[in-house]
Amino acid sequence: MKVKVLSRNPDDYVRETKHDIQRVPRNYDPALHPFEVPREYVRALNATKLERVLAKPFVASLDGHRDGVNCMAKHATSLSTLISGACDGEIKVWNLTKHNCVRTIQAHEGFVRGMVVRFCGTSFFSIGDDKTIKQWSMEAPGYGMLEEPINTVLGKTVFTGLDHHQKEGTFATCGQHVDIWDEQRSTPIRSFSWGVESFSSVRFNPVETEVLASCASDRSIVLYDMRESTPLKKVIMTMRSNTVSWNPMEAYYFTCANEDYNLYTYDMRYLEKPVTVHMDHVSAVLDVDYSPTGREFVSASFDKSIRIFAKDTRHSREVYHTKRMQHVVCVKWSADNKYVMSGSDEMNIRLWKANAAEKLGVLSHREKLAANYNQKLKEKFQHHPKVKRIARHRHLPKNIYTDAKEHTVMREARRRKERNVRKHSKPGAVPEKSEREKHVVAVVK
Amino acid sequence: MAKLIRNNKVGKTGAKKKPDKKTRTEKTPDTKTAVKKRKSGGKRKSSQKITQKPTVEKLELDYVDDDGLVHEGDENIPSEDEEDVGDERKHQKLLEAISALGGKNKRKLAERSEATLQISEFTVDAKGEGDRINMSDLIQTISKTPAVSSQTKSHLKKLKLNEKTVDSPLSKPETQRIQRNVAFQKTSEQVSRWQSIVKQNLKAEQLVFPLNQEAPGPKPLEHVVCGWTARTPLEQEIFALLFANKQPIHNTTRTPMEEESLKAMSLEDAKIRRAELQKARALQSYYEAKARREKSIKSKKYHKVQNKAKCKDFVKQFDEMVKSDPVAALEELQKLELGRMKERMSLKHQNSGKWAKSKAIMAKYDLGARKAMQQQLEVNKDLTQKLAATLEDEQEEREEEADPDMLPDFVNDVEPPLNPDNPWMRGKLSREAGAETGDSAEPAARDILIEEEEEEEEEETEETEEEVLLRGFAARRSQRRAMETVNEPVTSGDMETVNEPVTSGDMETVNEPVTSGDMETEATTEENKAEAEKVAVSDDDDDDDQEEELSKFTNLFQELAESRKEADAAAVEAEVCDPEAEQLQQALFRIQNLEDMDLLDRDEQGPPAEPGSAEPPPAAQESEGGNTGRKRKRGIDLNEVLTKEAKVIQVPLAPRAVEDAEGAAASVEEEQRDIIKEAFAGDDVVSDFLRDKRRDEDAGKPKVLDLTLPGWGDWGGLGVQPPRRKRRRFRVRTAPPPPRKDRALASVIISEKRDRSVSMHQVGALPHPFVQPEHFEVTMRTPVGATWNTRQTVRKITMPKVVTKMGAIIQPMSRDDLLKHTKRREADGTSAAAQKQKDASQNKRPNRRPRNNKKKHKKN
Repeated sequence: MKVKVLSRNPDDYVRETKHDIQRVPRNYDPALHPFEVPREYVRALNATKLERVLAKPFVASLDGHRDGVNCMAKHATSLSTLISGACDGEIKVWNLTKHNCVRTIQAHEGFVRGMVVRFCGTSFFSIGDDKTIKQWSMEAPGYGMLEEPINTVLGKTVFTGLDHHQKEGTFATCGQHVDIWDEQRSTPIRSFSWGVESFSSVRFNPVETEVLASCASDRSIVLYDMRESTPLKKVIMTMRSNTVSWNPMEAYYFTCANEDYNLYTYDMRYLEKPVTVHMDHVSAVLDVDYSPTGREFVSASFDKSIRIFAKDTRHSREVYHTKRMQHVVCVKWSADNKYVMSGSDEMNIRLWKANAAEKLGVLSHREKLAANYNQKLKEKFQHHPKVKRIARHRHLPKNIYTDAKEHTVMREARRRKERNVRKHSKPGAVPEKSEREKHVVAVVK
Repeated sequence: MAKLIRNNKVGKTGAKKKPDKKTRTEKTPDTKTAVKKRKSGGKRKSSQKITQKPTVEKLELDYVDDDGLVHEGDENIPSEDEEDVGDERKHQKLLEAISALGGKNKRKLAERSEATLQISEFTVDAKGEGDRINMSDLIQTISKTPAVSSQTKSHLKKLKLNEKTVDSPLSKPETQRIQRNVAFQKTSEQVSRWQSIVKQNLKAEQLVFPLNQEAPGPKPLEHVVCGWTARTPLEQEIFALLFANKQPIHNTTRTPMEEESLKAMSLEDAKIRRAELQKARALQSYYEAKARREKSIKSKKYHKVQNKAKCKDFVKQFDEMVKSDPVAALEELQKLELGRMKERMSLKHQNSGKWAKSKAIMAKYDLGARKAMQQQLEVNKDLTQKLAATLEDEQEEREEEADPDMLPDFVNDVEPPLNPDNPWMRGKLSREAGAETGDSAEPAARDILIEEEEEEEEEETEETEEEVLLRGFAARRSQRRAMETVNEPVTSGDMETVNEPVTSGDMETVNEPVTSGDMETEATTEENKAEAEKVAVSDDDDDDDQEEELSKFTNLFQELAESRKEADAAAVEAEVCDPEAEQLQQALFRIQNLEDMDLLDRDEQGPPAEPGSAEPPPAAQESEGGNTGRKRKRGIDLNEVLTKEAKVIQVPLAPRAVEDAEGAAASVEEEQRDIIKEAFAGDDVVSDFLRDKRRDEDAGKPKVLDLTLPGWGDWGGLGVQPPRRKRRRFRVRTAPPPPRKDRALASVIISEKRDRSVSMHQVGALPHPFVQPEHFEVTMRTPVGATWNTRQTVRKITMPKVVTKMGAIIQPMSRDDLLKHTKRREADGTSAAAQKQKDASQNKRPNRRPRNNKKKHKKN
């Protein structure tokens, strides 16, 4: 006799452990799940809204300096350490996780102009208005011991910028000329000058480690190779650049922060025109730093805000500001790509999230999946007007808002005038110039 | 005695001077040395008078130096003069001189035989210290050793021939500039090495930072073992043995020997492969040689014949392809079309070249020249004629247009001349007595524009309708053709003249979107619409005098052209502004919760738009994202344009209401108009339009929906009707739509398709990375969520592009990365190259596809 019974394989419906989530058998037949696009659209809309609601970028403010913060340096090997130098010559070492100051050094008389941590992370250098280069140990001195530099070099002129080689014991300073120093010597091993000028910033290329770039006061950016006896090339722009920063993943790109409210990304091989002009600030841009992934960079401006740009877009994806933040003088992107540090005139250092709405801390698997899915949805529907508007909306303080408006009007007027001039002159007499071409005056070989 | 000797010497010198001079004259007369010598000779003469002796010596030396043949005569002279010791010395020197004459100018140093305190560095013996050394002695030594070797002398002579001064060294800035340039080249080259890795990273689907992270999890045993090295002597010995015998060191499954043997190809295979390669190479070289040979043939006739043969070949091939592979044939056709267009754009076959001019002169007398010109013209005509767009349509078209003259030659006309004789350009046709709607020409112009817009908006319905219309037109055309047989020549000729202006004007409006950007399309259509409406309003009382009308119409055209120009400018500007659309929308308030979002919404709906963000014009919003693409495609399709043209032109014609005072010309015009009227008598655009409008209205009317379910709550089955009560109950009448906007406008159709509530959510313009709207639609339509996809797919789709880990320091890219990358690339490159070679050997015959020939597509 044949007995028929219902039988199912328990593997199909029984969990392995009770911590597993219940298995949900799914039927992917599209007929059963209609309205894909509208449903996803709504999800995307909600994800975008949530992102804006959850966007809380400000993490902490580190106060303790008694004068405006003038420069900062990231630790090479420790993420939680930040070093800052103030306008009164004081250097402070911070613990970012605890939000407290670990060490205070009265390092210089006058401003601390620049600081850089040695690649091994055991010591750092600082320069000041007192014409000295000082090397400090990362270790705090023992109890009762005085804070003394390991090494002091007395220079002939004031130094304004400092950067260290990525792998070797050499560093570069700038002032009246760009000097390359050996750590073991008290005189520069090489000194570059090209015309009479003073430099505001010098940076080593982190990838092609022998190449340097510097910003000069004659509105130029000069490139050097440490191995050559002469500078390589310089590009003169309409206004002066304040700082320059190299892309740490793409050897030939660098971005400079300019006085004309814009940032310019250059390919060092083709200086004739910048690759991208980044415009959004409404006052001079004072500092720029690349994210360690090389995809984005952060800029600090005199307009009391910091902005985050993707490396190849004209406009910023993010703007950070607080009521109390004054002119932002220096900015750094943390080495794990998650935070941004800004130092401003009103003596505070602020810690921001690099992605405003990102949840920090450990994410569960499902949270991760959901975050990825939401990100994808936002990306997919980013062109839809409703989504776009919400994603684009940022709050701005009144002065920046009005200034930005004014600048758009001014730009428009300028454009209109140019158009009219073109219309009323001989064809070809007033050539059309792209935005990228407008700002480069000359390239000097 | 001394005097005597002196005299003697003087005499001798006098005697000796002759040969000296002779030798000089014999020698190079042009060289500088000669000149210099002569000069120095002159000096010598003057110095002779003062101090004779040294000069004599000098002269003598000179003599020896110049040619060493006379030294025998010299030999006894010093012997008379000097004492014994000096004599010995001189003898030695003489010997030296002789030895030097032997060709080799090696000079032996005088050996020092005595130990002296004073050792001169010039190897002067201390022996002769006590002696007086004359100046002449010293000079003698110098002169005897040739100061410059003969080789260098010849070099110098050569240099002198060139007579060039050495360039002065560059100035410091210049040298520095050169140095900088060189340094920059070097550095930029060095930096460029990173380009491939940068590009790769850009293209990568996912980048996980830090980049050079080691894979987590346990490593395979072999990798771990690889790091271990033999240290002790025993181990080393064992490993050396193993290495020597190619035995496995790590626990691999195969020995290196085995692997090698596996890798190796069998001998036969290798041979076959080699033979194949050889053959392919040989064939290729033959082919190349042949091609080169053919190319070098200068005969034009030969090439002409060749081309023709190729052409024929191609036609044959093409015919076959049409049967076998229509898709490829279509492609080929498109290629032909493209070639034709290019050819057309060039000035070839225009009979405007040098050749053509010469032929034109000859044409009077020479039949051949005339023929050639004719041929050329024919080619030109062929080229300027458009090829049928699709294969399917070809036959239909052939039916439709039996005579090629029906297809106007408008493509070449850039700007239509405004012909006052042409009633179509007057902007207004006088109304026909029988037409009940009244307007004819002006509304017709309007209609074209409106219809175009409409068509863009509603495609699906139009599609089917078009066929109906086409059928109607075909019927009418056949009628006309029958009529045309009566007065064919005049009609066809006139047709063209009539067709041209309107067609080309219209063509531009239609074609514009194809060539330029989206913005432009919208701008032009907007412009058109506005114009059309303006005309519609202003021309209600349509019996104005003609002049005004004419000016209006020309204005319309001019404005169209202007608007296009402006649109161009706008497009340029839009390009400038465009990135600003991406800009963050900055406002003075802050979103803190979901309610604020609504606020954002409301605020956005307010009238003032952000100046920076380029608001897409309403025309763009009107059409759905998908429509834009289809719209464009339609714009390209010339057939459709042509059908529309036919519609436009075939408006019934009536005599003008107001007669202008043109006198004698009037009668001619009238004649023409009559002809045109006759030609288009069959077509009735107005009624077509009315029908269209009625159909639109009907489509919008509320429909009765019957929702009765037979058998629901009642008995069902064949022949059983649901009860009347239920039928009435379940018959749903949809709510009537709001009144149509064009209900008061008799000659306008305003589409009601656009739904504002939906268009708010729709994408206005095709976003950046997409080129075709279809692609964008497909990406939108594909769901990414887990509701529609399996888990793996979702994970793959939603993978973020850049992953960073909190707490992991990301180091800048280092040279090791580059090294790894290049190595990998090299490996890939070699494998790819091998693959390529394989492919090359597989298709042995070089590709011999004939080039596209433009003469190919003569119709019939």
